[in-house]
Amino acid sequence: MIFNPKHILGIRDLTAEELTFILDTAESFKEINTRQIKKVPTLRGRTIINLFFEASTRTRTSFEIAGKRLSADTVNISASSSSVVKGETLEDTAKNIEAMHPDIIVMRHSASGACEYLARRLKCSVVNAGDGMHEHPSQALLDAFTIRQFKGRIDGLTVAIVGDITHSRVVRSNIYCLNKLGAKVRIAGPRTMLPPGIERLGCEVFNNLEDAIRDVDCVMMLRIQRERQGASLIPSTREYSRFFGLNEAKLRLAKPDAIVMHPGPINRGVELSTVVADGPQNVILGQVENGVAVRMALLYLVAGGEQLKND
Amino acid sequence: MKTLIKSGRIVDPANHIDEKLDILIIDGKIAELSANIDAGDAEIINAAGLIVTPGLIDMHVHLRDPGLEYKEDIITGTMAAAAGGVTSVACMPNTSPVNDNLAVTRYIISKAREQGSANVFPVGCITKGLKGEILAEMGELKEGGCVGFSDDGRPVTDGELMRRALEYASTFGAPVISHAEDLSLVAGGSMNEGEVSTELGLKGIPWVAEDAMTARDIMLAEFTGAHLHVAHVSTRGSVELVRQAKKRGVRVSCEATPHHFTLTEEAVRGYDTNAKMNPPLRTREDVDAVRAGLADGTIDAIATDHAPHHIDEKNVEFAIAMNGIVGLETLLPLTLRLVGEKLLSLSRAVELMTINPARILGIERGTLSVGAVADLTLINPNKEWVLDPAQLHSKSKNTPFGGHQLKGLAVKTLLAGKIVYSEN
Repeated sequence: MIFNPKHILGIRDLTAEELTFILDTAESFKEINTRQIKKVPTLRGRTIINLFFEASTRTRTSFEIAGKRLSADTVNISASSSSVVKGETLEDTAKNIEAMHPDIIVMRHSASGACEYLARRLKCSVVNAGDGMHEHPSQALLDAFTIRQFKGRIDGLTVAIVGDITHSRVVRSNIYCLNKLGAKVRIAGPRTMLPPGIERLGCEVFNNLEDAIRDVDCVMMLRIQRERQGASLIPSTREYSRFFGLNEAKLRLAKPDAIVMHPGPINRGVELSTVVADGPQNVILGQVENGVAVRMALLYLVAGGEQLKND
Repeated sequence: MKTLIKSGRIVDPANHIDEKLDILIIDGKIAELSANIDAGDAEIINAAGLIVTPGLIDMHVHLRDPGLEYKEDIITGTMAAAAGGVTSVACMPNTSPVNDNLAVTRYIISKAREQGSANVFPVGCITKGLKGEILAEMGELKEGGCVGFSDDGRPVTDGELMRRALEYASTFGAPVISHAEDLSLVAGGSMNEGEVSTELGLKGIPWVAEDAMTARDIMLAEFTGAHLHVAHVSTRGSVELVRQAKKRGVRVSCEATPHHFTLTEEAVRGYDTNAKMNPPLRTREDVDAVRAGLADGTIDAIATDHAPHHIDEKNVEFAIAMNGIVGLETLLPLTLRLVGEKLLSLSRAVELMTINPARILGIERGTLSVGAVADLTLINPNKEWVLDPAQLHSKSKNTPFGGHQLKGLAVKTLLAGKIVYSEN
């Protein structure tokens, strides 16, 4: 299969075949990350700009390391230390950067649709590292990769995603990805955090944690932003964790070999008890490890994929 | 000065006319309507194959002048009106400074008179500074030429203040035009709340934000007996609330925009900021309810809410783009489409754009009665054209209809007997 996408904007527009191809490509990059010399010359001479308008530990570091291990030149720009603070628009920022001939811009932005906005206006490739509440394709891919790693497959599994569904780009991308790869998705949260029509994207909606995670193969917990209390969505994280937080006892409702996932960062004691967070069923750090391989795969495929092997 | 409009199909709902007649205009007034007028030395305008109506009235337009002339001004805005067949506009007060004082009202009226291509009837603020705290001096504003009062762009959130606004405005015989929106329920949304907003990851504006406030305003109108005009109804709930209120005898009127009877929230897909406005584009059911309301008399007027914005204000991420689209130059083809689809008769469509808004605002326009000011629109209902935003007469080009196939347009617009627009 030849798959050389110009952009990676979201999971919604990728086929099951393309998603599987990305995961298989990531498989081949995984081993590089455990070598002593973690470097291959594949993207040597390419320039990758990581343009992050929102704070990030995992995603940004992951994309940076992915680029560097492929021998690309990576540059990190964070909005807070750029001229964005002087009022420069997104389009101007991106066009000015593009004038320096990057091959790929990896962007995280708080506005849904921001990556599509740039892709329409720029000539270089755009990779979505998270746009508003819309999509986070590399996260969904590393989640799928991790499930495949620990469960041997995705097809036929049931995955429960619990948390602030309304504001989560992770959940939207995961719903698309898991459905296309043959899994069933359940989502749960307090009603104030469930957006209208979400079931149409391909999931079963639950109002309580217990029913949602009963007999599932995988439980994915989302971070509850403490700031959201002020927006009348939940009265307190105390109440949220009592009813929707995952602890040892509730986890027993899932299959005995169920895995626990979280995109990070974790609020210990809110959506995950510390026991579960540090327990044997969680694969959270595995997700992070896989994130580098998946992002290497994405950068590789966007930059030219198969053709690069012949350079 | 004599002008003879020959062989046009005259549609004047105010006088129940729909027939082929000639119109003689003398010194800017309608002098005669009959078949085959012989007027010797009159300038002849051949209207064969055209529909001739009273000059169209758009009672909800933002001219942005004074203060926001980078978006539009009275000259370009009225030129856009004339090109769209509109001879009278009611302009909203959210300018800079706002129209809460006689000086701004007088400025608008005199600039329009001296340099404009359409009649401009200013709508004054309900509250001073549009702050929603203290009533504006409606008496003086009405005397100075304001035809109604609105804080459009914003609701009057305080119930007591809205009650007093309705009572006070009725003292002077003016309608209060309400932009009905519960801002706390809007909570920063940028499109209709529903399946599309969930998919796009955009914060939604639930229909109840409009309906709840529409209900409150209607009840206040009922309580005070004052005339309430609800601006830009967009939900089936609002339409039904007005319908039931009218049955109860409440003095309520309302308007709908062409985009609210033409487009749904699906137009937002792809994050097109030219599909972003307030109230937002809604669901298919809401659009159907607005169309039904236009047909059954619940909705009294079509008004565009012409809202020009500079390209820098629209060419940004969806969440921060400004709300609104221009509408003066697409009013006619979009409304005529309803006639083509047999939802409205031609007469009813013209009524919604002429005598009805005239009556709501209490202005002496919207008819072709003998003695009336000769504001006329000559329409070619069959002309097919493609909208090129660059060709719009408005300074701003923020329209979602760019590239769309449209049918029908104004070929000539007359203001007090003078041709202010001619299609070339």
